[in-house]
Amino acid sequence: MTMSFKGTPSRRAFLKGAVAAGGTVASAGAASAAGDPLITEVQEWASATGEGVDATPYGLPISYESDVVRRNVEWLTADTISSINFTPIHALDGTITPQGCAFERHHSGAIDLKKEDYRLMINGLVDQPLVFTYEDLERFPRENRVYFCECAANTGMEWAGAQLNGAQFTHGMIHNMEYSGIPLRTLLEEAGVQTEGKWVYVEGADASSNGRSIPLEKAMDDVLVAFKANGEALRKEHGYPVRLVVPGWEGNMWIKWLRRIEVTTQAIESREETSKYTDTLANGIARKWTWEMDAKSVVTSPSPQAPIKHGHGPLVITGLAWSGRGAITGVDVSVDGGKTWQEARLGAPGQDKALSRFYLDYNWQGEEMFLQSRAKDSTGYVQPTKTQLRDVRGLNSIYHNNCIQTWWVKSNGEAENVEVS
Amino acid sequence: APAMAEKYGLGRPALADEIAAWDKDVAPDGTGLPAGSGDVLTGEEVFADNCAICHGDFAEGVDNWPKLAGGAGTLDHDDPLKTVGSYWPYLSTTWDYVNRSMPFGDAQSLSPDEVYAIVAYILYSNDLVDEEFVLSNENFTDVALPNVDGFILDDREVSEKHFWNPEPCMTDCKDSVEITMRALVLDVTPEKSGED
Repeated sequence: MTMSFKGTPSRRAFLKGAVAAGGTVASAGAASAAGDPLITEVQEWASATGEGVDATPYGLPISYESDVVRRNVEWLTADTISSINFTPIHALDGTITPQGCAFERHHSGAIDLKKEDYRLMINGLVDQPLVFTYEDLERFPRENRVYFCECAANTGMEWAGAQLNGAQFTHGMIHNMEYSGIPLRTLLEEAGVQTEGKWVYVEGADASSNGRSIPLEKAMDDVLVAFKANGEALRKEHGYPVRLVVPGWEGNMWIKWLRRIEVTTQAIESREETSKYTDTLANGIARKWTWEMDAKSVVTSPSPQAPIKHGHGPLVITGLAWSGRGAITGVDVSVDGGKTWQEARLGAPGQDKALSRFYLDYNWQGEEMFLQSRAKDSTGYVQPTKTQLRDVRGLNSIYHNNCIQTWWVKSNGEAENVEVS
Repeated sequence: APAMAEKYGLGRPALADEIAAWDKDVAPDGTGLPAGSGDVLTGEEVFADNCAICHGDFAEGVDNWPKLAGGAGTLDHDDPLKTVGSYWPYLSTTWDYVNRSMPFGDAQSLSPDEVYAIVAYILYSNDLVDEEFVLSNENFTDVALPNVDGFILDDREVSEKHFWNPEPCMTDCKDSVEITMRALVLDVTPEKSGED
């Protein structure tokens, strides 16, 4: 990833430039009487040449962006195989998540499954049980759709209080991609669903299988069998070569390395919909089949990992909002912990079950802020506070924490994850 | 089913042996269980050989690995212990999950009789059967787990109906704002890239 230089004079000029650049950073870009040397002196990149087009057949981000990576929190799980990592949402903008830093959640690791070895079976209450190869799947009519995939446990560590200090950790079990694939409906119709069929049971090729039951109505609605994301093949860790896309519903149901779809009369009540992904209420009774991810938002900057470093004046407050029940229609932002709210601006009109980007262009004069965002969706749902959620659910739900997040922005620009009254 | 759906003629019929190889799920009513049986004492041995290194000799769990027994009556506590005995609604799930996905790292290596024996031992570890107990496909659905009635369907649209509120408060929404909890006080966030 280093530039190549031709001859020592250029190299000396580069080193000189590097020293000058360091000094410029310290003075926050202000020009001295002699002018900014990054402007007044010819820089190496304006004189020598950069890398050739053959240097990088498939590129990674430039080295200066090395902090924009997935992060693991070791103490969360017993091992790293059945575990989670986090998307660096604090550093991203727009809505599309780069696949290379999009979060992972596996139950028996990210498996390596070649297209040639891939098989998809449809069986159960169908007229004709079928086996498809990967090549077969590419011959069905395709659709492109953008959807968010949010882990049911996103923000789950925050139920009992403010715990992890950063939007990546509190809200980063999410990614948003443009999928190319086949409606699941098309495959089910190819096999011919029988009238007794009420559910589909879907499972992956990995050891965990991650089997889940999905009501037939949803399966015939907007579920996709996807093989491309953001224009290219799925990443290994995201289910290569084929995964299920279940718009608006908890990420656990987005079966990766999809190998089988069984039409059944009843829900299988698998481990992932009994022991896990059930939500215990204060009285010990648990909700099951809590499929939809409710409207939610978070300010991604400023945030604990993205402090204000530029001093007073114009400040872009930005974040993400999404709803599994429909499109985001608006986001309100508060700088005073929810005493007053103002409407933020959406970067683009809200799309069904996809991330929306919001902005509030703000003039910051160094005052302490308690930054909050509040999402609203096309069903009229308004993102609740953590207190409102706890009043209904108690502290032990683990999943589906879509509460309003508060960042305490201090006068020095640093931010901290806090709860407020 | 949409009888008039267009067909593309793609894929090929699945063979019976192929379906049998992959379709192993077991439903709460016992659908999918293969013939077989296993008793508690056999299960104790199989468990000791294949499971105890992570789940403990008595299914009580080692370190952070899941506890499979205990926790009865704790579901409404501050820190509930959710195990097969205290939380899981159906025994079918235990059989299905052990058969398909355990042991961790060597899944699908157990015979049906071994799975019946392990499940019998897990029941015993949860004080739900005595040590003479033999579990088989024939008596399987006679076993009811304690928390079978512990689950309700998603009721958010009713119990959280008040969250649907098209005109939320915009001004003078509360008098004061005080910090009640800080993440930095807990200090459990990884520091920098590469350190975790």
